[in-house]
Amino acid sequence: MLTKRIIPCLDVKDGRVVKGVNFVDLIDAGDPVESAMAYDRAGADELTFLDITASHEKRDIIIDVIRRTADNIFLPLTVGGGIRTLEDIKAILRAGADKVSINTAAVHDPIFVKRASERFGSQCIVVAIDAKQKQGKNAWEVYTHGGRNNTGIDAIGWAVKMEEYGAGEILLTSMDRDGTNIGYDIPLTRSLSDAVKVPVIASGGAGNIDHLYEALDIGGADAVLAASIFHYGTYTIGQVKKVLSERGVNMRMTR
Amino acid sequence: MKKIAVIDYGMGNLRSVQKGFEKVGVDAFITDKPEDILSADGVVLPGVGAFKDCMDNLEADKLIEPIKEVVAKGTPFLGICLGLQLLFTESEEFGIHKGLDILPGRIRRFPADMLEGDRNLKVPHMGWNRISIKKECPLLSDTADGDYFYFVHSYYVDTPDKDIILTTTDYGINFTSAVCRDNVYGVQFHPEKSQDIGLKIFKRFGEMI
Repeated sequence: MLTKRIIPCLDVKDGRVVKGVNFVDLIDAGDPVESAMAYDRAGADELTFLDITASHEKRDIIIDVIRRTADNIFLPLTVGGGIRTLEDIKAILRAGADKVSINTAAVHDPIFVKRASERFGSQCIVVAIDAKQKQGKNAWEVYTHGGRNNTGIDAIGWAVKMEEYGAGEILLTSMDRDGTNIGYDIPLTRSLSDAVKVPVIASGGAGNIDHLYEALDIGGADAVLAASIFHYGTYTIGQVKKVLSERGVNMRMTR
Repeated sequence: MKKIAVIDYGMGNLRSVQKGFEKVGVDAFITDKPEDILSADGVVLPGVGAFKDCMDNLEADKLIEPIKEVVAKGTPFLGICLGLQLLFTESEEFGIHKGLDILPGRIRRFPADMLEGDRNLKVPHMGWNRISIKKECPLLSDTADGDYFYFVHSYYVDTPDKDIILTTTDYGINFTSAVCRDNVYGVQFHPEKSQDIGLKIFKRFGEMI
């Protein structure tokens, strides 16, 4: 049976990890390549880099980071942040990434997702959705610019549309929960996962192993993305997998 | 030194395939030139994307004949993911399209109604899954029954020739995840994305050249 995936996410700015990884064996915790290698050894199922470099002119830096990562680790790598053109995607895949995640550009031009999936294949196009609950309602809206701009678009309907346009996977971040450590938005995760056929990665709010379990089991997510609980060494990937596995979640255990 | 040609026809992440071979001490280079393929000691056909687009690209780059020629003359040949699927007769992806027709069989889409408990299984089949070994083969001599590999695909191989099936994998149905006939090998999973367990397959393939 297919296992559920545990995906650490590294925020990278100007070629450096923003929230430093707190592993004892790292010489340079700010180096994304070294952090990626540490997660590779720790048994992560995939890795994600979110490039938050503000300037489009500095994109060469992330390309170099991807290249050096791909030279050293043999694990699926997703790269997101600031992707606007087919050329951006091509450069990232050529450097050695397997998937790109598209967020704002999809909202501005949904056809971009269609073109990207037709050109490169659905399997490498992840659509990232930042969603916030509508006040007092069992509904969520799509936000852009790190949760500042409300597009008014219904998040569930948007996910279905992105699937139709060729998204191979949805990365769903709850903007209400992101950075809170109080747990994923389970109703959102479940509603969206039930609405689409493609895999859903839950993101935003992980603070402990129970949260991961809820997202994967009750939320129906296929994977969980987390940053701080791994970076700060709250849990190792191995601990998380062991506990989840004992609770009946299908995990890939590594030696 | 002997060299493996990794065929470039404009699709996907070839760099990881090349680097994966390098990591296990096998020389590999990326090429789209028929003469390079014909003179290589081993050939790898990677690939992601749509079946028809890939066949069209191979055709446009005049790579179909060289591929058939190296297969016929006994050069070790490895298809990965879509590269495995292209080896077969035809595919149902977006209409019926002809493949390289080196191995018999049809590429079919996973059924829409596969269940796990009360939930529909997602398509693409994306993530880590196990293989069950059906037949001994030098390609798998470092691989154990039940090892995990990384998969990403919505279509699978359906072959009438059960003798070519090396491994199967369970995802709603029990599908063929690796094949072998003479010098032709194919894997549905991505060895270059399956950490050390994946690279062992590259090492074994490198030893055949």
